[in-house]
Amino acid sequence: MTPDNVHSVLLGTSNPFFRWSYVTGQWSQIQGDLVQHIKLSLIAVGIGIVISIPLAVLAWRYKVVRGPVFGVASSLYIIPSLALFVILGPVTGFVASYETAEIALVGYTLLILIWNTVAGLDAVPPDAREAAVALGYSPTAALVRVDLPLALPYIFAGVRVATATVIGLVTVTALIGLGGLGQQITYGFTIGYNTPIIVGLVLSVALAGIADLLLVGAQRVAVPWARTKKSRKGDG
Amino acid sequence: MHFFDQVADWFTTSSNWSGAQGIPLLFWHQLELSVTVVFFALLFGGGLGVILGHTGRGGLLAVNAANAFRAVPTLALLTLLAIQPSISLKWNGFLAASIALTALAIPPILTNTYVGMREVDADVRDAAKAMGLTGGQVLRRVEAPLAVPFVMAGVRTAAIEVVATSTLAAYVSYTDLGTYVITGLNTNNSILSFSGAILVAVMAALVAASLGLLTRALTPLPLRRPGRRGLLPARPGLA
Repeated sequence: MTPDNVHSVLLGTSNPFFRWSYVTGQWSQIQGDLVQHIKLSLIAVGIGIVISIPLAVLAWRYKVVRGPVFGVASSLYIIPSLALFVILGPVTGFVASYETAEIALVGYTLLILIWNTVAGLDAVPPDAREAAVALGYSPTAALVRVDLPLALPYIFAGVRVATATVIGLVTVTALIGLGGLGQQITYGFTIGYNTPIIVGLVLSVALAGIADLLLVGAQRVAVPWARTKKSRKGDG
Repeated sequence: MHFFDQVADWFTTSSNWSGAQGIPLLFWHQLELSVTVVFFALLFGGGLGVILGHTGRGGLLAVNAANAFRAVPTLALLTLLAIQPSISLKWNGFLAASIALTALAIPPILTNTYVGMREVDADVRDAAKAMGLTGGQVLRRVEAPLAVPFVMAGVRTAAIEVVATSTLAAYVSYTDLGTYVITGLNTNNSILSFSGAILVAVMAALVAASLGLLTRALTPLPLRRPGRRGLLPARPGLA
């Protein structure tokens, strides 16, 4: 069967806005893409957090570090995703690999996470820190037990934005041969049918929504004292 | 020959600097698309933000709806528009790309404009009214200038996203610097895609830097602060 025949069997000859039979017929493929999407996003945000928090603490403690850290993170953030995937080519050997995609995706989370963490640490009331010092906390203990917990609402706000950003960006990795749900989008475009694109769009938005709800839930557990207050700054 | 020597070769080949596939023309195409998109996004998003911010009604709903819309992957919007026969071939893909990108650029501008308008100190607004300024005058002479830093933060965020996404427009047949990247990827020509990626990155950096300067120029003098404030996007978002 030629590819054209496969498409007309799957999708029919007309191109309606949405065709359910595609979803039921292609479910295993869609599921695979969804799983890859979740994996790519989770790893990127996870590594992003592990790298960002120590860097943010350093940037917050030592003013000398702040400039370079924000400089590098902003540059990574400003470079368009597709360009960054390609620029990493010489580093990762020009193969569509998880490494290429993850390095770039992590790069995008850094500015968001570091920015929010530093803002959160800056916002810790001096009274709280002074009280910790008066109680005999060492600087490290004060950081771990006082400053970082009090900065958690900001850190969570950063993680939420970073997660939404990464889930959106993963679709672009379809152009370098990965893509998660982005593969549905490029497939729909290649064969000129709406349905796979809509599937990719809807599932990607749903994934972002569910991830955000989970993070809000996690924040309520981790920051019980902030439950009654608005924790996110409305800075757009 | 070493990879980077070949890239250097590509950049110094004179035929790459002229003609329908030359760097200057494709650079111009990308700038043309991005500027058009940011202009319309500022018109719609900024306009709506100013109205909602001035009246103070329905703003939160609009802001939340706009932010939820940001979860839509641009690639999906671009490809969906690009396969609709009535839009796809208009102006060599310019129409499809500009609609998708404008939809993407409106939320950050709308949100920031609205927040900027609401952040104007109520005392300042009252003082202006007490001095006899009409609603329109308060808007033009007090609220709008004070909201400029916020609006510009939104424009900067939007512009960075738009330049990034206009690269993807090359995937759906528009011709700009992204075309080098996409063509290079499709033909396994890593020199072409790498060179294109460098050009795209340079363009993004230029746009970010020039918007930083523009923000400074447009911000009322008393609100300007020395140092690097405003270098970061107000809230980094989807690209």
